[in-house]
Amino acid sequence: MATDIIIHDEKDNVGVVVIEKITPKQECKCWIMENDTSTNILSVDEIPLGHKIAMVDLKEGDTILKYGHDIGKVVKSIKKGEHVHVHNVKTKKW
Amino acid sequence: MEIPKSFLGYKRENGRAGTRNHVIILPVDDISNACAEAVANNIKGTIALPHSYGRLQFGADLELHFRTMIGTGSNPNVAAVIVIGIEPKWTKKIVDGIAKTGKPVEGFHIERTGDIGTVMKASKKAQEFVMWASEKQREECPISDLWISVKCGESDTTSGLAANPTVGNLMDKLEPLGVHLCFGETSELTGAEKVCATRGATKEASDKFMKTWSAYNDFILKEATDDLSESQPTAGNIAGGLTTIEEKAFGNFQKIGNCKFVDVLEPAEEPKKGKGLYFMDTSSAAAECVTLQAAAGFNIHLFPTGQGNIVGNPIEPVVKLTANPLTVKGMGEHIDCDVSKILSREMNMSEAGDRLIETTLRVANGRLTCAEALGHKEFVMTKLYRSA
Repeated sequence: MATDIIIHDEKDNVGVVVIEKITPKQECKCWIMENDTSTNILSVDEIPLGHKIAMVDLKEGDTILKYGHDIGKVVKSIKKGEHVHVHNVKTKKW
Repeated sequence: MEIPKSFLGYKRENGRAGTRNHVIILPVDDISNACAEAVANNIKGTIALPHSYGRLQFGADLELHFRTMIGTGSNPNVAAVIVIGIEPKWTKKIVDGIAKTGKPVEGFHIERTGDIGTVMKASKKAQEFVMWASEKQREECPISDLWISVKCGESDTTSGLAANPTVGNLMDKLEPLGVHLCFGETSELTGAEKVCATRGATKEASDKFMKTWSAYNDFILKEATDDLSESQPTAGNIAGGLTTIEEKAFGNFQKIGNCKFVDVLEPAEEPKKGKGLYFMDTSSAAAECVTLQAAAGFNIHLFPTGQGNIVGNPIEPVVKLTANPLTVKGMGEHIDCDVSKILSREMNMSEAGDRLIETTLRVANGRLTCAEALGHKEFVMTKLYRSA
């Protein structure tokens, strides 16, 4: 039952790390809350609790989806398994 | 879980019920704080509510000041009130506003008497009030007498994943029982504003929400010197993994579960449309928001946190919950309800909601919150613009 990553919605392209941290090249268990299904992903970066991991390759200008909704835009391309945060994603507001 | 149908509260003259039985010493303005604090120091069991404003305010800002003062005194968690101001007129206005509830209230003004004489007169009355209030007993009250406000703080992604949806689960379970509910944080719904607007119970409520949010956003666009990235999300939010205001907003929004809001309230405005969920136009700063919600009459507050906000309020007990295991471990003395097992999937959302309902009722029945035990009494007036 335990999981390393939780994904809110099946449309989401990011997941949230829910263990203290994941390490590079870790085979992580992911749980999609919305439809109660599971998947796996191989991490690239070390990512701490609460931080996001890219579930797919993302290029500049792409939209990040979380809760099934638009939460910002990619400003620097991101590979599947990499850390997603303020260094590669920005708000579309303001 | 079968939800209890009642709690033990203090029945007030106007038909409301309190979860607490405070006698407060309320200064009208900043320069009356010393007097109010002296009275509270003299008379044990009373509490002073010092704050920074109340002089030369005008227009909507002054109206908000009066609404907050009168609302705070009128809150059912307050048994009786001493009001102290520098001048008689504004002092009387607040006394008269609170007196409409039928509770004991008396005002004192300092001009022509000075601090020492005022402290003596007010202390005598405060002693009478607190001894009277000390005989009040808790009685069985229907659960619909709970007015529950919510606001999250020091959020991180665990808030949106688990702690906020736990509050949402509680709302979904308690709303049908006739409680009043209130969420706010206009700024921190930015990014989720269109989705939030669809949660209006009527077109009127939805339109009023969009109008309120747009007015806020116009103000930000006018005053902002940068993209607000230093403020929203905060450094604490970013450390916790939140990247953008949109992400924070959708996390925030989880607090209302599947409920629809029946009306949009001005800051500190009392709900007038009966039971159900209300949106209040508030700042997202924790103490300001809770102070406004308490002034609107809410008698218990639920505060989900990620990285660990420690806020309390002098009259409205603030129940903290978190899903972040590191916060539970590092600052457990601030956490009333631990729902971190949601992340390890050892607890589901419904179980977490039940646990929060249990905690909420224990606090409503009198159990001190962590913030109360630790002495958190943040009373912060919202000011709309500079004084005259």
